[in-house]
Amino acid sequence: MKFYDVADLAVRNLRESIFRNSLTTIGISVGVASLVAMLSLGIGLQQLASRRLQESGLFDTVVVTSRRDLHNFREQREVGPPPAESPVLDEGARSKIAQIPGVVEAYPDIRFITDLRMDGKTHLTMVAAVPFSAKNNNDAFDSLQGSFFSSAEAAEAILQKSFAEELLGITPKPGTDSTSLAELARPLLGKELTMRYAERASSSSSSSSSSAEGQSDRAAYSVISRERVLKIIGLTDLDPDSLRGGARARVFLPLKLAESLHIMQPNLRDTSASDAPSYTSLSVRVENPNQVPAIEGAIKKMGFGAFSLVDASRSMRQFFSVLDAFLAIFGSLALAVASIGIVNTLVMAILERRREIGIMKALGASDADVRGLFFAEAGAMGLVGGAAGVTLGWLIGRAINFGTNIYLKRQNFPMAQIWSVPLWLVLGAIGFSIVVSLVSGLYPASRAARLDPVQALRYE
Amino acid sequence: MAVRTANVSRHYRMGDALVRAVDGISVDIRAGEFVALLGASGSGKSSLLNLVAGLDSPTSGAVTVHGNDLAALSREQLAKYRLHTVGMVFQSFNLIPSMSLLENVELPMRFAEVDRLERAALARESLERVGLGGRISHRPMELSGGEQQRASLARALINQPKLLLADEPTGNLDSRTGTEIMELIRSFNQSLGMTVLMVTHEQALAEKYAGRMLHLADGKLVDDLSNSGAREIPVQPAAQGGKTE
Repeated sequence: MKFYDVADLAVRNLRESIFRNSLTTIGISVGVASLVAMLSLGIGLQQLASRRLQESGLFDTVVVTSRRDLHNFREQREVGPPPAESPVLDEGARSKIAQIPGVVEAYPDIRFITDLRMDGKTHLTMVAAVPFSAKNNNDAFDSLQGSFFSSAEAAEAILQKSFAEELLGITPKPGTDSTSLAELARPLLGKELTMRYAERASSSSSSSSSSAEGQSDRAAYSVISRERVLKIIGLTDLDPDSLRGGARARVFLPLKLAESLHIMQPNLRDTSASDAPSYTSLSVRVENPNQVPAIEGAIKKMGFGAFSLVDASRSMRQFFSVLDAFLAIFGSLALAVASIGIVNTLVMAILERRREIGIMKALGASDADVRGLFFAEAGAMGLVGGAAGVTLGWLIGRAINFGTNIYLKRQNFPMAQIWSVPLWLVLGAIGFSIVVSLVSGLYPASRAARLDPVQALRYE
Repeated sequence: MAVRTANVSRHYRMGDALVRAVDGISVDIRAGEFVALLGASGSGKSSLLNLVAGLDSPTSGAVTVHGNDLAALSREQLAKYRLHTVGMVFQSFNLIPSMSLLENVELPMRFAEVDRLERAALARESLERVGLGGRISHRPMELSGGEQQRASLARALINQPKLLLADEPTGNLDSRTGTEIMELIRSFNQSLGMTVLMVTHEQALAEKYAGRMLHLADGKLVDDLSNSGAREIPVQPAAQGGKTE
């Protein structure tokens, strides 16, 4: 028989026992719905985690270090020239790295401990510089109260919550999170802080005691104590001890501003007498986390040390793959039960249509025609059940997402999309439903095909 | 020769008893003949018809139809044989109740993979030929017994078979309607040159329409008479003491 005729007869037969077949199809759709709902949540959580990690800047960043630094023991085993002959990580190297295809930006890690004064009181803390691009591609400032830096060189500061509490003289009770960021922001936003820092000035602009002798570069600059007034424009609750916490920094400045101040840093290497500094480390942000290994390799070839957290990202993907597999197995259990329903329905159909099968065989239907007809009926139930199941699963996932977001909102957490139904899941679930239905139809179809026509014609 | 059975037997077990439904029948039927199989209930008429239809396989002996030894054919080939060589009409009509008359008549053409438009036209034409042109969209339950049997005839002839096998075609019909059906079968036999093998227990009907009568008893051929009264072949003696042992 032609495919159209098989499909036509199958649909006709299914319509004849519409109630029973509908119940079986509902069973399949519930099975598919549980599978889709489980996987949509698994995929959604994976996407949420990936998105969060990507936004955190941890997985699209390569940290570049100079191999000249003796403390940089991590890189000692790496291939490349010996540390002493390694290139200097200076402005030239930074622009070269920035030109590598796939690199969005390369900026130095500027961190220093300094005094900040407000209302006559001095507070010692760690200050870190933040690139202006973090405004759009870093979720570290998602919960920011106030605003981000108005420009790349603005004399503005964003405070970490604990530093804001220190400025206001609030001592949080251990284990409680009583003061909200908004409450802290109200008295602080718009106020001014005075930052005292040590400027590294080149020898030409200060003492030239040793440069004339042409010996040590290290003596070729001087340190000048300076002050800078900064306007408090934002507060963040970013955990200073976390990976994204700017290495325990509690005050953030715009990177360009920090660079222009030529602040003396404990980790800033000065190997030349020139005004241009060299850096201990650079952060290199890449377009796509997938490009991280290639760019890391390219930087290593240039003679620098480089490392990233891409391996951790891979482990996370592996974890979610296992989670998805477990969710799929649990989701498939309902479909396995539904497949028993298909077998039952089709075996009942054989009993009911025994005579009809006999007539068809007497009229010239082959075993393959009869088998194909029952297969098509099973497949049609799988198709309809699969499509309905995907819709139902989509609705269940959406409902769970909705409920979760209500809960998150009540707990003062930002809303999150924890559910996703990609096209491959839609097509895969329908395909899986059809395959399971066809497998379930194997036994009934072969039983119908083997029916003895003489016996079947005698059947009343 | 259209049909040849060579010492064909169909035995089966029913509990401890061996039933000899067909027991060593040899008969030759020429193309275009109208042959009636006569006998009492359980004489083996329908069993012999099923063997010729390829619905059942002989225990021993051979059935050859238009040169095809049915025992040598695979299940797939037997299905093709039933589709293209044989048309069947049953006592209880055997129309599929969920289909309209047109769809019932079209059914064998679906198995023969005839194009949709072509088969609709052929089915309509076939139904018109049996006088049911105005009832094509009716379901079998909406028709009288005679109309159902005419539709069944239209279906049997749709693939232009060489052999029409009719199992008690008038068994469920009143005599007037039965006569109408027999007239139709005779007209197809004469106009299309189709061989007809008909099972009946009505001697008068057989004498009126069939050119030859095969009498069966206890699975054996006991008489083979042409309508003129001439004996076609030497008849085997009937088995003594019943057909089971």
